Parts: sequence; structure tokens; C-alpha cells
Amino acid sequence: MSFEYKVTGGDFTHAGYASSQVKKMLKQLGVDSTIIKRVVVCLYEAEVNIVAHAYSGTINITLDSEIIAMTLADSGPGITDIDLAMQKGYSTASPEVREMGFGAGMGLPNINANADTLAITSEPGTGTTLEITINLNSPAA
Amino acid sequence: MKVTDIVDKLGLTVFSGHEGLGREVTGGYTSDLLSDVMGHAAAGSVWVTIQTHRNVTAIASLKDISAVIITCGEQPGEDTMAQSNEEGVPFLGTTLSTYELTGRLYSLIS
Repeated sequence: MSFEYKVTGGDFTHAGYASSQVKKMLKQLGVDSTIIKRVVVCLYEAEVNIVAHAYSGTINITLDSEIIAMTLADSGPGITDIDLAMQKGYSTASPEVREMGFGAGMGLPNINANADTLAITSEPGTGTTLEITINLNSPAA
Repeated sequence: MKVTDIVDKLGLTVFSGHEGLGREVTGGYTSDLLSDVMGHAAAGSVWVTIQTHRNVTAIASLKDISAVIITCGEQPGEDTMAQSNEEGVPFLGTTLSTYELTGRLYSLIS
């Protein structure tokens, strides 16, 4: 199965829509709740990163009985130093985004802690792509 | 303990999400950082915060949070309450500070 969702930069009103849809679908498929929780954390954080930092993005979800693969590709400013961006507490979020309680430099570390694999590629000035996979049959991260 | 028991014992205002008042509460989490809640709050928790925008509802729903308590007399906006009603996540309120409310909630649940 595969699904696609569009994300608009700056649109906090709809942030979390894709995560909510995927959560419902995994529940219906009877996936272990511990695994659903991990998928939700990864997908929500990545989705909010597009809303908070990029101009637009596309989420592609592919799943079979073994694995869920989530690819989030955005058009945006990109990440100059990925190692720095992965550090807890580091963020380039705007003051407005921080006031909402986002932009605390916890998003990427949260994704890293919950994903089985995480690959980030980015071209400054063009955009960022996150590829996240989670094995649907092993509850341990 | 159910959400409605907490409303009664702590004298909370029920803003929205009445459908979820019968939910079980198994713990609590106090934070205004959304990614902190995303990363650390357990399902079945009551979330104590001063954040009132609608992304709070999205996170509460995604994390299976039993109810949200807004402190310091703050109130959720219309759009937040509308989404809370849709999702059935109760939004509750108190004039107490986050510190006081969390203390009382902790005594009540543990």
C-alpha cells in the first residue's frame, strides 16, 4: 500500500493530519500499539518540521506486512549542518514557532530515537528529504 | 480514576470534549514544549500546559492523552475547542498555576 500527503509550509492548522490518518490506518490493520506510537512520533515531528521550516512538502508512505517506509521531501531552505541539527536543543525555528511550543530542538532527536532507520539528505537552498523506516514486527526500537 | 473524577476533585472548568470525560487516567505530564510531550508523555496521561492552540489537540489525540488541563485561567480558542469536540479530548481549565495544579494532580493520582 502507498499513500501521499501534501504539506504546506506555515500551515499549523493542518499539521498532524497525515500522522492522524496513518495512525488510524495502522490501528485498523491491527499493528502493535507500541509500534504505532513510534510511527506517530516520527511522522508528526517530520511533518511539523516541514510546516515550521519549509515552503511545501510531500509525504509518501509505503507499507507491507513487514515494514513502513516514510519519505518526507520538502522544498525549503535545507539543512547546512545535519550533525548540528541532530543535536538535542539545537533549532533554527522562528520566535513565532517557538512561542507555540515547537522549535525546542527535540524533533529530529525524537525521530532518531523512534525510527529503525533514518536517513537525511539536504541541499541548502533547495530542500530536505527524510527517509524513515520502522519494522512493523519488532516492538524494540 | 476517570477524567470526570479529576474535574470534580480539582474543581476544573470543562471547556470542550465532553465526550471524553469517562476516559481512564493513569498518569500525568506537565510541559509547554510540544516535542517534549510528543517524546515523553505516556498514553492515558493528563497533560498540564498553558498552551491553548489547536496543535495541542492534535498531539493529545495522537498520543492518546486522556485530557488536557489549561492552567493560570487561560482559555482555549474556538478552533481548539471545535477540534477537541471532534476528537473527544476534554479540555479542562483552572485558575491555579501550573505548579499548584500539578502538585494537586500528583497527590490525586498517585
